[in-house]
Amino acid sequence: MSNSTTAETNTQGPEAAAVPPPGAAPAKMVSQGHRRLLTRRDRLTLGLMAGLPTILHFALVWVTALASVALAFTTWDGIGFDSIKWVGLENFKQLFNDNPQFWPAVQHNVIWFVVLILIPTPLGLFLAVQLDKKIRFSRVYQTAFFLPVVLSMAVIGFVWQLIYNPDTGLINSLIGANEPGKYIDWIGDPDLNLWAILVAASWRHTGYMMILYLAGLKGVDPSLREASALDGANEWQTFKNVIFPTLRPTNTVVLVVTIIEALRAFDLVFVFNKGAQGTELLSILITNNIIGESSRIGYGSAIAVVLLLISLVVIIPYLIATFRKERRA
Amino acid sequence: MHLPSPCSPLSGTTRRTLLRGMGGAAVLGVGIPLLSACGGSGSSSDPKTVTLGSNQSDAVPKKAYGEIYTAYTKQSGITVDVNTKDHNTFQEQINSYLQGTPDDVFTWFAGYRMQFFAEKGLASPIDDVWEKIGGNFPEAMQKLSKGADGKYYFVPLTTSLWAVFYRKSVFAQYGYKVPATWDELVALCKQMKKDGLVPIAFGDKDAWPAMGTFDQTNFRLNGHDFHVELMAGKASWTDAKVRKVFDLWTEILPYHQEGSMGRTWQDAAQTLVSKKAGMYVFGSFVAQQFTDKAALEDLDFFAFPEIDPAYGQDTVEAPTDGFMLSRAPKNKVGAVQLLQYLGTPAAEGIYVKSDSSLVAASNKADTSSYTPLQKKAFEMISGAKNLTQFMDRDSRPDFTSTVMQPALQNFLRNPKNVDSILSSIERQKKTIFASA
Repeated sequence: MSNSTTAETNTQGPEAAAVPPPGAAPAKMVSQGHRRLLTRRDRLTLGLMAGLPTILHFALVWVTALASVALAFTTWDGIGFDSIKWVGLENFKQLFNDNPQFWPAVQHNVIWFVVLILIPTPLGLFLAVQLDKKIRFSRVYQTAFFLPVVLSMAVIGFVWQLIYNPDTGLINSLIGANEPGKYIDWIGDPDLNLWAILVAASWRHTGYMMILYLAGLKGVDPSLREASALDGANEWQTFKNVIFPTLRPTNTVVLVVTIIEALRAFDLVFVFNKGAQGTELLSILITNNIIGESSRIGYGSAIAVVLLLISLVVIIPYLIATFRKERRA
Repeated sequence: MHLPSPCSPLSGTTRRTLLRGMGGAAVLGVGIPLLSACGGSGSSSDPKTVTLGSNQSDAVPKKAYGEIYTAYTKQSGITVDVNTKDHNTFQEQINSYLQGTPDDVFTWFAGYRMQFFAEKGLASPIDDVWEKIGGNFPEAMQKLSKGADGKYYFVPLTTSLWAVFYRKSVFAQYGYKVPATWDELVALCKQMKKDGLVPIAFGDKDAWPAMGTFDQTNFRLNGHDFHVELMAGKASWTDAKVRKVFDLWTEILPYHQEGSMGRTWQDAAQTLVSKKAGMYVFGSFVAQQFTDKAALEDLDFFAFPEIDPAYGQDTVEAPTDGFMLSRAPKNKVGAVQLLQYLGTPAAEGIYVKSDSSLVAASNKADTSSYTPLQKKAFEMISGAKNLTQFMDRDSRPDFTSTVMQPALQNFLRNPKNVDSILSSIERQKKTIFASA
C-alpha cells in the first residue's frame, strides 16, 4: 500500500510543484516517501557520490584558489614552505607603481574585450542570420566559418605568425614590405602587433559567435516571424523588434563568453610573440612571473588576484541583473 | 515494504566508490608528475645504474651526449638511464624537479643559475669529483664550477662563445678589415650600409639575443668586475657607466637589421647565410644554421672590438653547459664515478666530434678533430682572462626574464627613453634582489 502511495506522490511531484500545495498534508507525504526510498546504503552511496566530488572540488579549486590569494601577500621562490615570507601589500604596491608592463597589460585586456564585442560578435550574428535563411550550401558555410574555433589557439597563433612574419610572411611578401626601408613589423611593432593579433582572435571569435547565435535563432518560434510578416513588418523591423529580443538568453551567454575570452586571452599571444612590448596581457605576466626557475610566486599571485577581481567586478553584476530579470519573467 | 536485495546495491555501491576513488586518484595522479617530474628513477637503487636527467633535447646534442654515455657504459659496466626532456620544459620545471625525486645526475648551466640551486641545498657538493678532474680544466673553468660557498658543484662539458660573426668572402669582396676598436666598428657599419648590406643582422623576438650585445658592450667598456657586480644586483643600473653602454648601443642601433622584434635569431642568421648582412653579434651556435658545407667554411668571427684599452678584449662570453649531482642521489657512488668520467678530456672529445658548433670545456681535450672555427673559439676561450656566462645565467633568472627582457626590448624601440627605462630597471631590481 505504501508503495503505491509513493508511486503516486512521485508521479504527481512535478505537477504538485507547479501548483502550490493546498495544505500541509501532501508535503508530509512527500517527505515520508523520501524517507522510505532512501535506505542507509543509498544514503551512503549518495553521500559518497556527492561528497567525494565536493571534496575534490574543494581541494583542487577552492583551496588552491584561496592559497593563491594568500600567496599574493607573500614572497616565495617555490623552494620549501619555510621560504614563504609575509610582505603585506608590498607586491601590489610594486605592481601598481613599478611594473612598467602592468598597466599596459590591463589596458590590452580591456581593448581585447572591446574589440571582440564590437567586431566579431555583430559579424557572427550577421552570419548566423544569413545562414538561418536556409540558403544553399548552408552547411558548407557553417563548417568553413566554424573551423577556426575547432583549431587550438596555439595552432592559430602559429598560422597567423606565418602570415605576419616580417621577412617571409604572406602579407609583407605580397605588398613588398620586407625590404630595408619599407619594413612593416607586424609582430614586433608595439603600435601594430596588438591589432594584428586581434585580427587573428576575431577570425576565430566570429565563428564561435556565429554558432552560438545560430543555435539561438533555431530556437525562435517560427510563428513569431509569421505574425510580424502578417503585421507588415519588413525584414529589418522583424529582426530588430521581434527576433533580437527573443535572443536575450543567447546574448547573455555571448557576453559572458566574450568577457571570459578577453580575460583568459593567452595562448594566441604567447605563441605569437610571448607578450612582448605592445601585447602584454595579465595572463602572460602571471605566467612569466610564476613559471620558471627562481619563480616569483607571490608576485605572480598578486597579478592573478588582480585578474580575479576584474573578472568578478565584470561578471557578478551582470549575472545578478540577468538572473533577476529572468526570475521576474 | 520493499527492501533492497542485500547484494546488488552493495556491489553497486562499492563499484561506484571504487570508481570514484580511482577517478580521484587519477585526478591527483595528474599532479604527481609535476612534482616528481620523472618516472625512470624507480630502478636506480641498482648499483649498476645511474639515472641522468637531460635537457639536451635537440637532435645534434642529444646524439652527442648519448655517445658519451654509451662509451662510459662500455668502459665501466654501469648503465646510464637517461631521461631527456624538452630543453625549455626542463628549465621551467627545474624547481619542482629538483625538489621531488630528481635523477642522480642532471644537466645544467654554469654560473649564477648553478650557484642558486647549490645555495638552496638542491644539489650536492662534488669536491671528491674535482680531486680527480681538477687538472683537466683551466682556472677560469674551475672558478665557474664553484658555488658561493667555495665548494665545487658542477662538471663543465662544453662551451659556446659569443663574438661577431661574418663571412670571409663578403669581407674579401668589399675589402673590409676586421674592426679592432669601437670607432673602427662604427666606420665599418657606415661603409657596409653604403655598400647596400645590412651591417648587423639582428633578431630579438625571443628577447634574449639583445642581452648578448649588452653584455659585450658592458664588459668592454666597464670591465669584467663591474659587469659581475651589475649582474649580481650590487652595482646600480642608473650609474653613469651603464648609461654610457646604452649611448654606445644607440650609436650602432641604426645599423642593426630593421624589424628585429618580430624576427627570431634563426631568421636573422639566414641573412648572414644569404650574405645580405655583414656581421652578426651572436653565439657560436649560429653555425647550426649553416647547413651548406661551403657556407660553413666561409663563416668566421672576431672578438667584440675593444672600447676601453684598460680592459682590451680580456673577457669572453662563454656560456658553459655541464652536469650537477642532485641533493640525494640514489646511487651516489655510481653518480660520482660518472661525473669523474664526464670531466675527462675523453668524454669531451666524444662530444665535440659530433657537434662542431661547441668546444670542450677542458683544455686537455683532443682538438685534432676541431674545425678551424672550433680551434679559433678554443684559443679565444683559453686566452681569456675572464669568462662570463650570459646575462640570464650570470644574474637572477627572474630578474632577467621579467625585467631585463622587456626593458631591453623597450630600449631597442625607444632608445631616447633610456633614462626612464634604466630607473625603472633599478627600482624593480631592488625589490627582486631584496626578496631572496
